[in-house]
Amino acid sequence: MLSIKDLRANVGDKEILKGLSLEVKAGEVHAIMGPNGSGKSTLGHVLAGRENYEATAGSVDFDGKNLLDMDIEERSREGLFLAFQYPVEIPGVSNMEFLKTAVDAVREHRGMEPIDSVQFMKLAREKCKAVNLDDQFLKRGVNEGFSGGEKKRNELMQMMLLEPKLCIMDETDSGLDIDALQVVAEGVNAMRSEDRAIVLVTHYQRLLDYIKPDFVHVLSGGKIIKSGDRSLALELEEKGYGWITKEVA
Amino acid sequence: MSQGEQAQIDNLLKNDYEAGFYTSVESDTLPPGLDEDVIRFISGKKGEPEWMLDWRLEAYRGWQEMTEPEWAHVRYPKVDFQALSYFSAPKSMADKPKSLDEVDPELLRTYEKLGIPLHEQEMLAGVAVDAVFDSVSVATTFRSKLKEAGVIFCSISEAVHEYPELVKKYLGSVVPRKDNFYAALNSAVFSDGSFVYIPKGVRCPMELSTYFRINEAKTGQFERTLIIADEGSYVSYLEGCTAPMRDENQLHAAVVELVALGDAQIKYSTVQNWYPGDKEGKGGIYNFVTKRGVCHDNAKISWTQVETGSAVTWKYPSVVLRGDNSVGEFYSVALTNNFQQADTGTKMIHMGKNTRSTIISKGISAGQSQNAYRGLVRMSQRAEGARNYTQCDSLLIGDRCGAHTFPYIESRNPSAVVEHEATTSKVSDDQLYLCQQRGLDAEKAVSLIVNGFCKEVFKELPMEFAVEAGKLLEVSLEGSVG
Repeated sequence: MLSIKDLRANVGDKEILKGLSLEVKAGEVHAIMGPNGSGKSTLGHVLAGRENYEATAGSVDFDGKNLLDMDIEERSREGLFLAFQYPVEIPGVSNMEFLKTAVDAVREHRGMEPIDSVQFMKLAREKCKAVNLDDQFLKRGVNEGFSGGEKKRNELMQMMLLEPKLCIMDETDSGLDIDALQVVAEGVNAMRSEDRAIVLVTHYQRLLDYIKPDFVHVLSGGKIIKSGDRSLALELEEKGYGWITKEVA
Repeated sequence: MSQGEQAQIDNLLKNDYEAGFYTSVESDTLPPGLDEDVIRFISGKKGEPEWMLDWRLEAYRGWQEMTEPEWAHVRYPKVDFQALSYFSAPKSMADKPKSLDEVDPELLRTYEKLGIPLHEQEMLAGVAVDAVFDSVSVATTFRSKLKEAGVIFCSISEAVHEYPELVKKYLGSVVPRKDNFYAALNSAVFSDGSFVYIPKGVRCPMELSTYFRINEAKTGQFERTLIIADEGSYVSYLEGCTAPMRDENQLHAAVVELVALGDAQIKYSTVQNWYPGDKEGKGGIYNFVTKRGVCHDNAKISWTQVETGSAVTWKYPSVVLRGDNSVGEFYSVALTNNFQQADTGTKMIHMGKNTRSTIISKGISAGQSQNAYRGLVRMSQRAEGARNYTQCDSLLIGDRCGAHTFPYIESRNPSAVVEHEATTSKVSDDQLYLCQQRGLDAEKAVSLIVNGFCKEVFKELPMEFAVEAGKLLEVSLEGSVG
């Protein structure tokens, strides 16, 4: 589904990704771990197409298409979803309105009619329940006055509604207490399916106790320096990142 | 920005002003120039009584001694008042058609194209329309139905003949003839406009609305609106405006007077979409307007305006809170794009005891435009226990535009409370990114964000208008990103 080859990318003038390669197939869950400043979040933004995050070399193939050629919104409509680490507030725009506009944009791209409002309302309430958010949140401004945990659950709810092919979750576990973490993990697990891939970007192992990845990668200095299965994550928790960066150096 | 994006934006900009067409009808248009003979001509054309002509001439003499105000935060080449024509009317209106069937179909089509069908059966149920085309009122709908309720809704020219006592008593009672330069000019040469009278205790059974259309070139439009809500009555009034796209600037100098007698309520909503000029700042309407209302005891006047058009806007819908416990409200969205300039706001003059006023102003600047809020809150000596709350928010799109806030607060009563809050924010790249990551294109994202910013004002608009206002913002913002 996602094939990244020797990707180099700058943020502004600074090179952050320095030849990163990664293969993700449908149905798989990958975890990308690494020390602070290793380029984990950058990877998500480069894939999403954020302004100022510029790929300078290498290729990214997404479901047979050249991802790097597409606009931000096109990538989204093709099924790439990035759950933000720090989702911004959009005052006055109700969550409901925002979600429906987003869902309709994706539907239009797929040649479908806009979703019926009543049907959408029902669906949105269901998803709220699934992530343990009161459905009053649908009436409030997008992320307006939400707590950190509520913002993360709101991101997850959007992901559920948009049903993307590829979910990239940027530090979704940060700032969550253990109860909220479990809710989020359950939501993500419910999203696992044969035709969907999930990439978890995380600093800590703890999220992986609840969402069991098929692969774990260590990102350091802008490259993936080690890949393995879940046991790699446990090893990292025990020993930290020091040994592995040294081993590679 | 990629070439593709640029092309896309250019394409959007090309057809952004849908009301910019010209209707080809034969018109009687006065040659340019202004003197007492022109005023006699206008008055004669309308068969006005002597007192009306005298009133106009008095205004004209006052105007000649006045100078154009220059304190507003706008710049534009001086208007040559002798180069304008002060009267233009479609020839077919000369015989004063008695019903819609006699009105030139070309005129009716103009309003249909603008989305305002004048045939009653096709109209939005519950909205009566007075359609003003250049200097004359073309038609007023639903008159008989309104008459049943005792409501008078007609053109001001008719009112001068039919209801001279009301006109004599109230015309100029809120905005005196020599109030300011443009009001004086309007008083001298006003051509048409709407007149409304709601009798005691009557709740007007439908929304009233006037649609102003400038059509002829080199003419000014000077309409005059007078609304009187008698004791305990209620009326909601809407106003819409458009004009063809032209390279030269055109002047629109209107006066609106509202009188809310004891316990009466007037809700006045405007969606102003005069031609704003092109993206280089060429052409567009100069919108120099005086709007004011007077509240008697326990009365309430609420102004809601959505201002997206005009090259230059100079407009301060105000409320004089004369009676005790009266209430004034001002809800405003002013959007400027490209080279538009707006200097708009309100005046709340608290004279009565326990009077209250609320001001919510949302200014949005894009392109290289300049957008200023100017507002006066005056608490007079007698205004025991009066309160004002002002909230003034500015939103910037891009980094070449300007937002300015000029609040004036005068308090002569120590028990009066005045609160003022102001914010300035930018549509952030992060907000755009979040929207685009969820599949919205940049234009849609900006319009969504701006609509959210304006929500507090839009919710004050009547339903149909709120939808129109949202769409209008979207159109006016086209080309503002990138």
